[in-house]
Amino acid sequence: MDQDLKTELSKHGIFATSFEELYNWGRKNSVWPLTFGLACCAIEMIATTMARYDLARFGAEVFRPSPRQADLMIVSGTVTKKMAPQVVRLYNQMPEPKYVIAMGACAISGGPFRDGYNVLKGIDRYIPVDVHIPGCPPRPEALIHAFMTLQEKIGGQHLTGESRPRHLQRELPSEFPVPEFGEHGLEPAQNDEVFRNPLKVLQG
Amino acid sequence: MTLEEISSRLQAGIPGCQVELVVNGSPSAQNSLLIDREHGFAAAMLMRDQFGLDYCSNVTAVDWPDREKTEKVKSRQMVDGVEKEVEETKKTTIPGYLEVVYHLFSIEKKHGPVVVRMRTGNRTDDVALPSLTPVWRSAEFQEREAFDLFGVVFEGHPDLRRILMWEGFTDHPMRRDYVPPPDDDLELLGER
Repeated sequence: MDQDLKTELSKHGIFATSFEELYNWGRKNSVWPLTFGLACCAIEMIATTMARYDLARFGAEVFRPSPRQADLMIVSGTVTKKMAPQVVRLYNQMPEPKYVIAMGACAISGGPFRDGYNVLKGIDRYIPVDVHIPGCPPRPEALIHAFMTLQEKIGGQHLTGESRPRHLQRELPSEFPVPEFGEHGLEPAQNDEVFRNPLKVLQG
Repeated sequence: MTLEEISSRLQAGIPGCQVELVVNGSPSAQNSLLIDREHGFAAAMLMRDQFGLDYCSNVTAVDWPDREKTEKVKSRQMVDGVEKEVEETKKTTIPGYLEVVYHLFSIEKKHGPVVVRMRTGNRTDDVALPSLTPVWRSAEFQEREAFDLFGVVFEGHPDLRRILMWEGFTDHPMRRDYVPPPDDDLELLGER
């Protein structure tokens, strides 16, 4: 429906919408994150949910202690190689539609611990990430901004066509292989179907 | 109690115990005692029970890889019938070893730290040292850490497992010759 017509109608007290808009409006305003913190970024995440920053304004105050009830995984902190399989497993246990925010430098790339022998160099090696937030740690405002970005992303998804959400695309996987502990590191070191090597992307 | 006193009392108390003073030349002058590993456990018992060193605050390890030492040796030799002074460079390889460092305190006497070291025979197959966990319980996790990251095997440890890395990991990441897996490197990934 034409946006101008909608505005005109609303002036006369008539509210017109589409099923898609209603559906996305409901989805984006009740994104429930998983109660799940890994390191110092988790403290900022907790601060974001408290009274001062109040994530409840965005409908995300209900942190669910079970992955079965959660829609959003906020990877808040350093992912160690020993923890990575558990993070992927938690993601696999979440029902679709599910989203991932990689919070902070460590979750994105390993951050200051990148050269550490026990640190995973970014959670996007194993699971698809929707929003990346840089920062060490990011301020609560940054997490709120990431959350609003995610809401925009959800709101922009169509129910049909190429840009439909993952859970409406039958061929896309909902679970990703859990890496195994190898003799020298995690095996495989990255899931090639998910991970886009930034150097390759730069080279085109 | 000074290190010299501890050293002489250890040697008097334990027959055959070799104690060497390792001098730290820095301004802190935190010298330490190197105890031979055969008598390490007996020395630790003596230090705890008779010298009042009742608290072990820190256990860590140091990796000393094989070193090459070049020396210039001057000698008199007969060259063409004339005695001359000839300079030769001599290379000697000092074999590496793993060293474990314990920091001991006395809560009772408000005294410390006393730094005690033990060395393994080499870095590959002769890496056993006596565990001091039966003497100071606080050493348990830190000895596991030294086992995990350096590969020092503590004999007599009640629960010697890896503590940071997983079971089945074969490397010792804090050793100086450790090379992380190439898969971690984005540039190498780009070449694939």
